Amino acid sequence: MSLRPSALGRQTSAAVKMLLVLTLVLGIGYPALVWSVGRLALPGQAGGSLVSASGRVVGSSLIGQQWNGPQWFHGRPSASDYAGNTSGGSNLPPGDPRLTRQVQARRAAAGPIGNQLPPDALTASASGLDPHISPAYARLQIERVAAARHLPIKVVRHLVDAHTQPRTLGFIGEPRVNVLELNLALEHQAR
Amino acid sequence: MSDASAGLLTIGLLAAAVAVVHVPLGNYLAWVFTSERDLRVERAIYRVTGINSRSEQSWRTYAVALGAFSAVSVLWLLALVVAQPHLPLARGAEQSLTTAVNTAVSFVTNTNWQDYAGEDGASPVVQTIGLTIQNFVSAAVGLAVALTVIRGLTRSGARTIGNFWVDLTRGVVRVLLPLAFVGALVLLAGGVIENLNAAHTITTIAGRHQTIQGGLVASQEAIKELGTNGGGYFNANSAHPFENPNAVTNLIEIFLMLVIPFSLPRTYGRLVGDRRQGYAVLGFMATLWTGMLAVITWAQVHAASGPLGAMEGVEVRFGVWNSALFANSTTSTSTGAVDSLHESYSAIGGGGALVNMAVGEVSPGGVGSGLYGALVLAILAVFIAGLMVGRTPQLLGKTIGRKEITLAALATVVSPALVLIGTGTALAVPVARGAILAHGPHGLTELLYAFTSAANNNGSAFAGLSATQPFLNLTLAAAMALGRFVPIALILALAGSLAAQRRQGSTEGSMPTHTPLFTGLMVGVAVLVTGLTFLPALALGPLAEAL
Repeated sequence: MSLRPSALGRQTSAAVKMLLVLTLVLGIGYPALVWSVGRLALPGQAGGSLVSASGRVVGSSLIGQQWNGPQWFHGRPSASDYAGNTSGGSNLPPGDPRLTRQVQARRAAAGPIGNQLPPDALTASASGLDPHISPAYARLQIERVAAARHLPIKVVRHLVDAHTQPRTLGFIGEPRVNVLELNLALEHQAR
Repeated sequence: MSDASAGLLTIGLLAAAVAVVHVPLGNYLAWVFTSERDLRVERAIYRVTGINSRSEQSWRTYAVALGAFSAVSVLWLLALVVAQPHLPLARGAEQSLTTAVNTAVSFVTNTNWQDYAGEDGASPVVQTIGLTIQNFVSAAVGLAVALTVIRGLTRSGARTIGNFWVDLTRGVVRVLLPLAFVGALVLLAGGVIENLNAAHTITTIAGRHQTIQGGLVASQEAIKELGTNGGGYFNANSAHPFENPNAVTNLIEIFLMLVIPFSLPRTYGRLVGDRRQGYAVLGFMATLWTGMLAVITWAQVHAASGPLGAMEGVEVRFGVWNSALFANSTTSTSTGAVDSLHESYSAIGGGGALVNMAVGEVSPGGVGSGLYGALVLAILAVFIAGLMVGRTPQLLGKTIGRKEITLAALATVVSPALVLIGTGTALAVPVARGAILAHGPHGLTELLYAFTSAANNNGSAFAGLSATQPFLNLTLAAAMALGRFVPIALILALAGSLAAQRRQGSTEGSMPTHTPLFTGLMVGVAVLVTGLTFLPALALGPLAEAL
């Protein structure tokens, strides 16, 4: 190219100044503005949709948790055990022997309902933090939870129904149950 | 309601929303880049940076300005990432040097491939004053290049193709910033977080401990999708509930990534003074987008009839249909964000995502890059059609001569060459082969997907690949840089050459480029070029796996 060296220098100097100005506008001004609106108008969402019980934060309604023991509704398998400091899934392709072994182990661990588990109970989510399960998986756990908590099945079933969220506007997304919210309601019921 | 009816209604709603918005947005974009007046804030920017907004640049100067801006951006981002442990709000985030090089190139080239996990690889300082800015400006650069091609077609006997600094500033100030701000507020209302909290540990009612992340996510999420960038704040990207809490935010994120690329044909039609020209390009983009959506959705719904319901790597709130819609949109634009794990898709589903990128991301493609990619295919189409019927190849009165077709053809083969050479080399290098997670043909697809994603500046991954190693960090960074800037340089030269030509009146011999027939020709050329270059590789990867 037949460019004078001064042209390159001039454009580079403009580039440095432009990046500096845009850093102020886009890197500081823009997030600061969105952050301020969030803080003032939408503090709940901006803060992570945190859920409290007995005056202390016990989780976020958006982030799934690990539940062990028959007295809780269980969430989906998670590649990160719901630790929250990492996120992600298994990345295993269909038919991979490691996935097949994991699925077998999940069926075995579920005991008597192992052979009826719906897909979401057999598979790890993409985020490892999926807060939801399918209504089918929730219904399948009613009997176990009711027995462990010495509650009438009808009461637990009613709670599951009350926490089953339909598709938005009837067609966007999937029917689902938020596991943390359901377990919180269960705890509340038990008292 | 059945899954299929709900899924089809969702697709219908999305298509209707894009169809309604593309008209005013396309017209607005045309005004932005042709208006004579500078806004007050733009005048302030020009004053501080010493730019004369009235001066125009030859294609060479334009290319130098674009190159200088991108080079300075890479160095600044690299410095920030390397220095982050010593900057405020470090919170333990760090990256190795080769990962930092990969990250810097990745975000400047609008690829946003990530060889780090957001949770421990990028501090809030890097996320905001490093990555967020590149999310804006890399998109604005694409927009600028698309505009130069339109100017090349509309100007006659001109020596200049615009002013890079003005195009960049207007793209940011008048288009991306206001739209991203609105998008960020909508996502925030939907539950995407926006705070400065450090990750903190809470105790659950079951007595377990869990880390809750913080971050300025909504502001970054909006421009990540709108600018067809795709780099996640967190490792799980748009599958993370803090980035994408529900099916409505999911649909909004898909809308954001599609809206500018699908509006640009309207801008093109308006600026060349014939809206039908825009419809022909829009028809080409929409045909490919719809066709590939059908393939990926069919493959995933088919796989969902098995005992695992195709739910491995899929979130319950999105399910199979919304995940397939996201996967198709993120790979047919240059976004590369994911709300589900493409690696866990069926062979044809994941292969469909790969094909979207291999076509060169023109359906509708990235912000700006989709339109300039499509216009290069239009040039190939008039040339091939001209050869077939013996007509003079012309596009809008500009003759496609030896120089123009050489530049267009070179721009088309850069990415396939990078993909095939890159994948081939990586397969021969033991350290790269060792990074593969899956067995058999799926393992090959992992590497092929990585290089296709990098060379076409997409950024999505078959994420089982452990790409965080010096060899893959640097080869993928090279693929991203060459895959972005070599075609851009060729296309700027093409724009310059077209602008310098005198416009010829259309004659009996010139082929109309506004008809459905021409749209069909463009689709044919895209399929032909992709098929000829990628079929052998696809046969060994996804096709072998599907059989």
